[in-house]
Amino acid sequence: MVHAGIAGYGVYVPYMRIKIPEIAKVWGKDGDKAARGLGVYEKALGAIDEDSATFAVEAGRRAFEHCKLDPARVEAVYVGSESKPYAVKPTASIVAEALGSTPHLTAADFEFACKAGTAGIQACMGLCIAQMIDLGLAIGSDAAQGRPNDALEMTAGAGAAAYVISAKKEEQIATIEKTYSYTTDTPDFWRRSHAEFPMHAGRFTAEPAYFKHVAECAREIMKRTGTKPEDFDYFVPHQPNGKFPVRVAKLLGFTEAQVKPALVTPFIGNTYSAAAMIGLSAILDIAKPGQRILVTSYGSGAGSDGFIITVNDLIDQKRPAKARHFFELINNKTYVDYATYAKHRRKIKSM
Amino acid sequence: MKHPLPLIWRMIPEKYYLMGSHCATCKNDFFPFRQICPNCRRLGKVSEKRMPTTGTVYSFTEVSAPPSGFEFEVPYPLAIIELDNKVKILAQIIDAPMEKIRIGSRVQMRFRRVGDDDEESAISYGYKFALIEDAASSAKTDKPAKTPKPTVSKG
Ligand SMILES: [Zn+2]
Repeated sequence: MVHAGIAGYGVYVPYMRIKIPEIAKVWGKDGDKAARGLGVYEKALGAIDEDSATFAVEAGRRAFEHCKLDPARVEAVYVGSESKPYAVKPTASIVAEALGSTPHLTAADFEFACKAGTAGIQACMGLCIAQMIDLGLAIGSDAAQGRPNDALEMTAGAGAAAYVISAKKEEQIATIEKTYSYTTDTPDFWRRSHAEFPMHAGRFTAEPAYFKHVAECAREIMKRTGTKPEDFDYFVPHQPNGKFPVRVAKLLGFTEAQVKPALVTPFIGNTYSAAAMIGLSAILDIAKPGQRILVTSYGSGAGSDGFIITVNDLIDQKRPAKARHFFELINNKTYVDYATYAKHRRKIKSM
Repeated sequence: MKHPLPLIWRMIPEKYYLMGSHCATCKNDFFPFRQICPNCRRLGKVSEKRMPTTGTVYSFTEVSAPPSGFEFEVPYPLAIIELDNKVKILAQIIDAPMEKIRIGSRVQMRFRRVGDDDEESAISYGYKFALIEDAASSAKTDKPAKTPKPTVSKG
């Protein structure tokens, strides 16, 4: 059987940051306590001229800069997001055009809260394994939305991750051995058609939603492949904050050392569709040939996509430039206050 | 700036990936795209060519009285950029305070919204530029920039 794999990846995190205490201060909350409770110190936000489409294009360009393959070879582009710039009009066609992949390809936008990007990886894998395409591109991108003075406002970050998925073994820096998904109808978080900000079910978002789906997905994919937590070098769960991923790892029997290098949300906030995919990028930045990674994304609504990934020898010859490593690229930043944040997030109604 | 839809659509190659032209007779590149080579006229052999996406700041200024569509971005740096094939283009510089921009600063193309129409119109995307130190690395460029101070900026 043909295995699909990762040929290249790219991450984009916008330039501006706001510290969690700066947000908390505006609403009369104890900022340090809030930041500690969430395990998030600061979050990234896009500028007024950015949106999830521009993030996706930048991440996509970086993915091709990394793998050095020809974007014109791409025959499928899927963009997962819950903050699309258009309600009706694909982001994927914008990305495909900007990268130079048009016109001989299929393109679509995926929506499944925070796991729409990993659903895109699965779609590309399917087409690769069926030998319908050689090369696909899956992107998770979000300029996450949080209602002012809502708990989400403290964590809703911004960023994108792009993965070039190849059917050719010789192009893969890492091979995706197995994918499995766990899905139920669980309304823990949603945004109605014309609503500006999402709603969530408070505490209900934890146990029956995030923890259940991520844990069930991880357990089942390990069961089906006869693997155990100690068979993996890294565990990359979705990370709505800095605390949940560590708790779910412990619950499943992973050590903190297996999950900690994948924690990106404490530094950029919850990037929704991009979160697990950016977490995986931080692991690929440092992973060695032969190492194994378990990824479990999570999307409210609710579901979790699991992936078992084995790193190939090629990764040593094909590292992204140091400046593109997640823990390097986030150092290019500037801090803004809440007023500037509000302007760039267009929370001021007259804008 | 209110862009009519046909114009937004027609300008996609130019705005998304700097599609310009090349004259095979005199070997010059042009941006924006030209149908006729200004050097060779009838003898020119013009074809489409993508411009390089990196270059250097040739000159820059700070815009504080913007055209409509850019009201919420002021003040912002606007630069003449000399691309690596010597073609000069005018573009906004993003994600950098004025004091970090120098004549000679290396820059790289970025994809952004350009001007913003009303909420119901099609969105116009296009090129802006970011400093390469900032676009790619703070780690790689630890030396202070040796480029001269701007002499023709702050217009
Ligand atoms: Zn000519």
